[in-house]
Amino acid sequence: MSGGVLPGWDARPAALSILARLLPRRTPAVIPGALPSLALTLVWVGLIVLLPLAALAARPWQDGPAALLHALSDRRTLAALRLSFGTALGAAILCTLLGLLLAWVLGRVRPPGWRLLDAMIDLPFALPTAVAGITLTTLYARTGWLGAPLARIGMRVAYTPLGIMVALVFVGLPFVVRVVLPVLRDLPAELEEAAATLGARPAQVAWRVLLPALWPALATGFGLAFARGVGEYGSVIFIAGNRPLVSEIAPLLIVIRLQEFDYGGAAAVGLVMLLAAALCLLLVSAARRRLPASLGLVR
Amino acid sequence: MSAASSVRPAAHGPSAWALTLAAWGVALLFLILPLLSLFHEALRQGVRAAAATLRDPDALSAIRLSALVVAIVVPVNAACGLFAAYALTRFDFPGRAALLVLIELPLSISPVVAGLVWVLLFGAEGWFGPALAAHGVRITFALPGILLATLFVTFPFVTRTVMPAMEAQGRDQEEAAAILGAGFLSVLLRVTLPEVGAAAVSGTLLCTARALGEFGAVSVVSGHIPGQTETVPLHIETLYNGYETVAAFSLAALLAVVSGLVVGARGLLEWQGQRRRRDDALV
Repeated sequence: MSGGVLPGWDARPAALSILARLLPRRTPAVIPGALPSLALTLVWVGLIVLLPLAALAARPWQDGPAALLHALSDRRTLAALRLSFGTALGAAILCTLLGLLLAWVLGRVRPPGWRLLDAMIDLPFALPTAVAGITLTTLYARTGWLGAPLARIGMRVAYTPLGIMVALVFVGLPFVVRVVLPVLRDLPAELEEAAATLGARPAQVAWRVLLPALWPALATGFGLAFARGVGEYGSVIFIAGNRPLVSEIAPLLIVIRLQEFDYGGAAAVGLVMLLAAALCLLLVSAARRRLPASLGLVR
Repeated sequence: MSAASSVRPAAHGPSAWALTLAAWGVALLFLILPLLSLFHEALRQGVRAAAATLRDPDALSAIRLSALVVAIVVPVNAACGLFAAYALTRFDFPGRAALLVLIELPLSISPVVAGLVWVLLFGAEGWFGPALAAHGVRITFALPGILLATLFVTFPFVTRTVMPAMEAQGRDQEEAAAILGAGFLSVLLRVTLPEVGAAAVSGTLLCTARALGEFGAVSVVSGHIPGQTETVPLHIETLYNGYETVAAFSLAALLAVVSGLVVGARGLLEWQGQRRRRDDALV
């Protein structure tokens, strides 16, 4: 990456240093517009992201740490958080496996009709979450196209945690495919050919040559799918059943606390989710930094 | 692909067939059946019944509100996103990494939290809520709240798609233009923008699709007043929960078609760009 952050610069006093040292230091001021473009960016980010997030970070402490602890140790809150993180983890693992399968078929096998399959992968990106939610619910409900045969073998999907996983796999799948596919396509064929001519069996090539090259992409896709799954709301609440302690996800609990005018409780759960999202973002960008530069991703 | 690629594992042969079958199975379960089911439910009582539900006054009001939200949010975030991408790629400054994190954060935050933050700021008990209410200004449970929530969730798209294009473009042309005496706006509009135009359009389309379909964030701040503060996704929820299945799925199908066209246009744009780059490389 050209330029970048100054070496040895510490991320912690970020907000202060942005304000204190607004003007570019290293670039000679040849390109015009440093001050106006930076100022507008800071105002925009400050008003739309920083100010609201500051309110979220501050609100849970307003009633004292005891109230925050009480709100978070509540049985219903813990169950909701466990459900959200657990189903997101399961769904992200499934997304990674299924996404690798789809990426492999699209990148390497290329069966007839692969272009159609490739175009379809983005469907969950295009489908608004509420639409996905009611559609998946109808599909997996007891009378639905998939729910009826499943019910006959004794499996209930809609209105159970399993249904939540189905919705999360649906929304997370394209993240994995879209990250893994370009990396798989750009892997030099010589790598595998060399391994094969040296006598590696296909399984050995896959395990010892392809997997090490693919893992940053797989980790990035996993992280993106997990982050999306933890916070997902629209596609989940219709299929979840929303029974407290059983199938009530954390975002829904925030909505319920707000309806009870328990702003502190809502903000406490919100803060946990914000921290989880920030952590995910950090880990994903660490994995993304190991992706090949040719993908043109922002580092 | 060259003949040598046949040594690549599992590109041919019975295992390739098994993998292909499995991939189509996954696509059937998670992509094809949901799409078919959506239109099947919408058209269950015929096209005419589906169309009739779209002429309901509350549905029309929801469509109008969604259009208004897109018309306001998308230009604001497109313009600001472009300035931000310019600032982040054309200048080195301390704090750049922190700014990048802040711009990316809305992508990984739960939409419900994206709505919650505005309630904490402008709700009845919020930081500024009581003061604004004293002056008769309503933010939550009204249009401004819906706009703010949508601004928050669609915030990163333009910056995120334009930045890689700007980095690939490099700074030479801008420097040349500046030395020849061009000012900030003429550099941005006449040198930078023409080069990254496709990326900017692509990001704007993503932003539009998300603004159209946003559910969680808007649901927290809107108050769900049918005919007043319900966008299309919220009205779909109201209809669905009221067991008006055909109406809910008709509106959902309409939203899916519009959203699909927006995302599809982006795919087409990208595909053309790739083809052009390939042609350039061949020349």
